[in-house]
Amino acid sequence: MYRQARYLPAGDEGLLIEFGNEIHPDIHHRVYAMARAVEEATIQGIDEIIPSYRSLLVAYDPLVINFKDLTDQLKGIEKNLAHGAIPEHRRVEIPTLYGGEFGPDLDFVANHQGLTPEEVIRIHSSQDYLVYMLGFTPGFPYLGGNLEIIATPRLKTPRIKVPAGSVGIAENQTGIYPIESPGGWRIIGRTPLKLFNPLQPPHFLLAAGDMVRFIPIDEKQYVDLLNYGSP
Amino acid sequence: MEALEILHGGTFTTIQDLGRRGYQQFGMPTAGAMDITSLRLANRLVQNDEGQACLEITFVGLRLLALRDLVIAITGGNLVPKVNGSSLPMWKTVSLRKNSEISFSGVGDGIRSYLGVAGGLQVPDIMGSKSTYIRGGIGGVEGRPLRKGDRLHIGPRLSRIPLCRLNDEFIPHYGREWKTRVIMGPQEDYFSKKGIETFTSSEYTITPQSDRMGYRLQGPVIEHRKGADIISDATCLGSIQVPGHGLPIILFVDRQTTGGYPKIATAISVDVYDLGQAKPGDRIRFSPISVIEAHEIRKNYEKRMKGCIEIIR
Repeated sequence: MYRQARYLPAGDEGLLIEFGNEIHPDIHHRVYAMARAVEEATIQGIDEIIPSYRSLLVAYDPLVINFKDLTDQLKGIEKNLAHGAIPEHRRVEIPTLYGGEFGPDLDFVANHQGLTPEEVIRIHSSQDYLVYMLGFTPGFPYLGGNLEIIATPRLKTPRIKVPAGSVGIAENQTGIYPIESPGGWRIIGRTPLKLFNPLQPPHFLLAAGDMVRFIPIDEKQYVDLLNYGSP
Repeated sequence: MEALEILHGGTFTTIQDLGRRGYQQFGMPTAGAMDITSLRLANRLVQNDEGQACLEITFVGLRLLALRDLVIAITGGNLVPKVNGSSLPMWKTVSLRKNSEISFSGVGDGIRSYLGVAGGLQVPDIMGSKSTYIRGGIGGVEGRPLRKGDRLHIGPRLSRIPLCRLNDEFIPHYGREWKTRVIMGPQEDYFSKKGIETFTSSEYTITPQSDRMGYRLQGPVIEHRKGADIISDATCLGSIQVPGHGLPIILFVDRQTTGGYPKIATAISVDVYDLGQAKPGDRIRFSPISVIEAHEIRKNYEKRMKGCIEIIR
């Protein structure tokens, strides 16, 4: 983490507050705390904010507020952030049917690390993951956790279509595909939950700062959840 | 109220408004008109609110049938619009009789036309916008480009709409050479002094690999100083990112909300709107200005926008 956050122009409608230059929970906490504080402050002229691994982009209307005034106000907010305070995380469970037709790469991931498929499932589903940010496609979470022991390289040739809800592994990252899209991650399972629903709110299941845990389910539970939604 | 039927969808025609705002933190691109200036003017010429949904027509081939008497305005790139085979004037209010056929048959100056209809095009609002976002399959008509047989509706409109036109001095001439003003950063420190000089002093060519997501440019390679990968952070409209190959990509309305390449500069908003009219093969140069200058330019632009339309009768 930088000793001092950097306030950088990102065009004439954007201000980027950069807190560091690595993927680290401490930097995330700072970004997340700042994002919340900015939302609560309701500064005139701020249109939206976009948190990421290491920075917060503040999109603003230059007809309402100028760069310097905005910087001054944001620095004021930053100064008053309690140092080291970790904001509370929302906890979200992701029921997941591992293996079989829905997790075609589970066996490959297991073989790659000399494990059984059951061990891969146990390791993947026995820890909490922090949602660092969303991107790639609407609602796609970049999750941070400890996956060294099941880390597997991406597919050499990405699939043209990965179904919505697919849970994948790429190197030591894991993620969930919210919509059908191309993708090169190793697919180990699928969740019946909708991560992105454009037609009715809440449009997104996850937000930056959430803590995610995968819960193994069987086929019957999968079908029930698909038909009746979350219990 | 049914207003228009698509007889032929053309190369790529979508419904767009000012875009979907407020969901970028969830990874949702804004979409919206590439050339916001022309979208706003098309709406104002037919007495709509500036942000109503219009047709964004890219390249050639669109043909439409008026299903009732309509008042329309066409702005933006000149795609040689015709009504029943005769020339249809741009940048002014036009009354159309029921059963008129409108066609876009060529490519003149610019590449994207905007067709505004009094009453505004009515499709369901998805997350606060009617804009089509193709990759997500949402907005507009079923989240896809328009095709033969689609019927478009309009909302209520004024009973008498004054004929207006854009003052001649405001009618843009896009040409094939672009001078785009940029604000350096936010990651200019990823580039060597030489790299920044290359960027600000060279001419680049817009390649055919250019769409609503981004324009890929061809030209002198920009040298990095610290490597070409960054920890992903947010992108902006007009962000100019430079991947490892050293060639810049300008990001537009369908861009991913986050990206892992360093951004050498960001094009200013007013110039990005115009760039929506740039074609493959066009040449582009970048000149850095300060944030303060950019804000002055934006204020003057809004002032000019206010006074640029006159009522003919």
